[in-house]
Amino acid sequence: MNLFHNFWDYFIPGLTTGSMYAVIAIGYTLVYGVLQLINFAHSEVFMMGGFGSLVVLSELAPQSPHGFTSVVWVIVGMIAGALVGALTAFGLEKAAYKPLRKRNAPKLVFLISAIGASFFLYNLAGKLWGRNPVPMPELYTNGEVFSVFGTPVKITQLIIIGSAVAMMIGLDLVVNRTKMGAGIRAVAQDAETAGLMGVDIDKIISRTFIIGGLLGGAAGFLYGFGISGQVWFTVGFLPGIKAFAAAVLGGIGNIRGAMLGGLLLGIVENLSSPLFGTQWIDVTAFVVLILVLMFRPTGIMGERLGRSA
Amino acid sequence: MSDTTAAKSFSVDVAKLRRKAWYQQPRWTRLLGMVVLGFILALMTGEDGNPAERLSAFTGAFESARLWICLAILVGVWALVEFGAPVRNVARQGRQSVGKSLEPTRAMFRSNGWLRLGGLVLVLVLAIVIPANTSLFWQEVLVTQMGIFMIIAVGLNVVVGWAGLLDLGFIAFYAIGAYSCAFWTGHMPVKPPFTVGALESIPFAIVTCLIAGVLLGAPTLRLRGDYLAIVTLGFHEIVYLVAKNSDGFTNGSRGVIGIPHPSIHIGPINYDWTLDPLPYWYLLLFFLVVLIFLYNRLEHSRIGRTWTAIREDEVAASATGINTVRYKLLAFAIGASTSGLAGVVYSSKVGFINPENFTIVLSVLALAYVVFGGMGSIAGVLFGAALLVWLPNALRDIVPEQDRFIYLGALLVIMMIFRPQGVIPSRRRQRELHMAEAGLGDADAMTEPTGGVKS
Repeated sequence: MNLFHNFWDYFIPGLTTGSMYAVIAIGYTLVYGVLQLINFAHSEVFMMGGFGSLVVLSELAPQSPHGFTSVVWVIVGMIAGALVGALTAFGLEKAAYKPLRKRNAPKLVFLISAIGASFFLYNLAGKLWGRNPVPMPELYTNGEVFSVFGTPVKITQLIIIGSAVAMMIGLDLVVNRTKMGAGIRAVAQDAETAGLMGVDIDKIISRTFIIGGLLGGAAGFLYGFGISGQVWFTVGFLPGIKAFAAAVLGGIGNIRGAMLGGLLLGIVENLSSPLFGTQWIDVTAFVVLILVLMFRPTGIMGERLGRSA
Repeated sequence: MSDTTAAKSFSVDVAKLRRKAWYQQPRWTRLLGMVVLGFILALMTGEDGNPAERLSAFTGAFESARLWICLAILVGVWALVEFGAPVRNVARQGRQSVGKSLEPTRAMFRSNGWLRLGGLVLVLVLAIVIPANTSLFWQEVLVTQMGIFMIIAVGLNVVVGWAGLLDLGFIAFYAIGAYSCAFWTGHMPVKPPFTVGALESIPFAIVTCLIAGVLLGAPTLRLRGDYLAIVTLGFHEIVYLVAKNSDGFTNGSRGVIGIPHPSIHIGPINYDWTLDPLPYWYLLLFFLVVLIFLYNRLEHSRIGRTWTAIREDEVAASATGINTVRYKLLAFAIGASTSGLAGVVYSSKVGFINPENFTIVLSVLALAYVVFGGMGSIAGVLFGAALLVWLPNALRDIVPEQDRFIYLGALLVIMMIFRPQGVIPSRRRQRELHMAEAGLGDADAMTEPTGGVKS
């Protein structure tokens, strides 16, 4: 109940969830950049990433690994999550978006298709893995590493923040330094002209979905094992919608904005919990979203559709 | 002359360069896609997974004959699409000849007002007679699912079909309506200044929903249309969490109990609804008839035509002096209040509501009904709601109840790919969708409003 006394107790978890939102928000913002469309099913990419890593870890990983093996299995889990997420996002684009894109369908049609795909995916996951939360296998004992002003920082939090930062830096490099990144930026700026300049639009869009899926799936793993400790079929809903709020907060279409927005949202959300109580923590994100839309709909960093940097 | 031959031989060379080997044909990619879909279909229709064994659903589906049947079906579909041109031609001819033979009847219906009226009366009579002779189970389904969702679908049609906005939090207004009924009949922890009966609470509920709709819509309708979709999703979550967490206001997750059944005491008319579902059906039917009449008038009124104008070309509409935000807000509020009406009837029928009655799933269901039936056509959305409520209940012994959501999600995607105008399309909407695909107009109100009003 006293925020200032325990500021760091709320700040560190806020930073953790925030970096998670930031990674998911990048997926929204990337797709928004190239298609001008909210990918409603991105939360399901996140969920599938969580389940994918859960299946791989529970089938392959040994009981309570320790030392170096835990590190290996954390990395394996993350890669598994990222791959399943990428696969889901790829399939999603091919099944639910590409036919509509070829037909030049109106936006409403896209959104309904997206919500249908999302509904389909999470209910299918509910059928495949049951509708109750499934616990993630434990990979190590979650001990304290060091403390910040008396607040302990756990291994998990370090892993989440560290890998999120690594992913964000990697993505920034990919988008700004590679040829594919130039293609993504070109399609985001003006798809038609990019096509005339020899950019394969279909390929770029597909790859954008894959990149978003890699990040979303890895985030699904991190969330499942680090924050909630379990995965269930609707796990994607809240983080997904909050990450979208984060993307809007930072300025949709703007990758660095999405990162900043995610971090801010996570911190604000966690700092609000001692003020209003933990059961209202989810409401905060939506209130922030509506406030941002009311007062600064272009987000903090401004919408920079195309100049995705 | 020689130039053209040179050009021709050049283009032949280019074509040779471009020609793909047989294995590079796109049809093989499509075959691969169909095989993947076959696996997914096998998973969809297979046994439920066992949470303790994470791969049980996969092994169960893939080790049975089901997988091969699914694969065979989808590869067959693929073969039909790729090589089955003669078969498809026959099918198309058949369809055309059936359509042609139906055309005189259709034209008669269109031109003859009395015939249309006769048809409507017949449907109404059937709607009165048939439910009285069905089992209690079906009467219950008819009231608590079909009738309620028909009202919701008619309301959502105003938002999605006519105004071209995507509202994913429609059930939030349904919840607000239900809780308003609970509040004004004096069964919530917070007491109203005076209590009224369930039916008399309808105006209060409608006004509450109108206000909620305006409060939510006013800031967001000024923005790009797709923001509205996600904001309504968030709004639904807020309403759900408020209903769930504020114990002192809504009694939290325990819900509200003892909401009275409706009753009428006006002059000589005295009637009390009880637990029997059939009278509720007649009440719902009354509301539906009134709503259909009103909304039919609305569609062809100045307001309805304004919505059409906004949908077809928002820039042009605002250039002719239409305040697009105001009209979108109007549609949003009308839809919200319709949903509120359904909430009142539902809560007074079952007498007990808790937050779990108003989950986000229902919003997607309502959207599926509207989209399946045909956005923008009242007959279509009524048909969509009726059929898609009837189907899972009729198949309840064959298909597990939870699985219907999978099929509904797939249905939404399939409808959007192959028939976005729905089963019984509104002709105007159908034409708009086709025109939008040809690059004329929008067919929705998703563009950012032009002209000034930006916050």
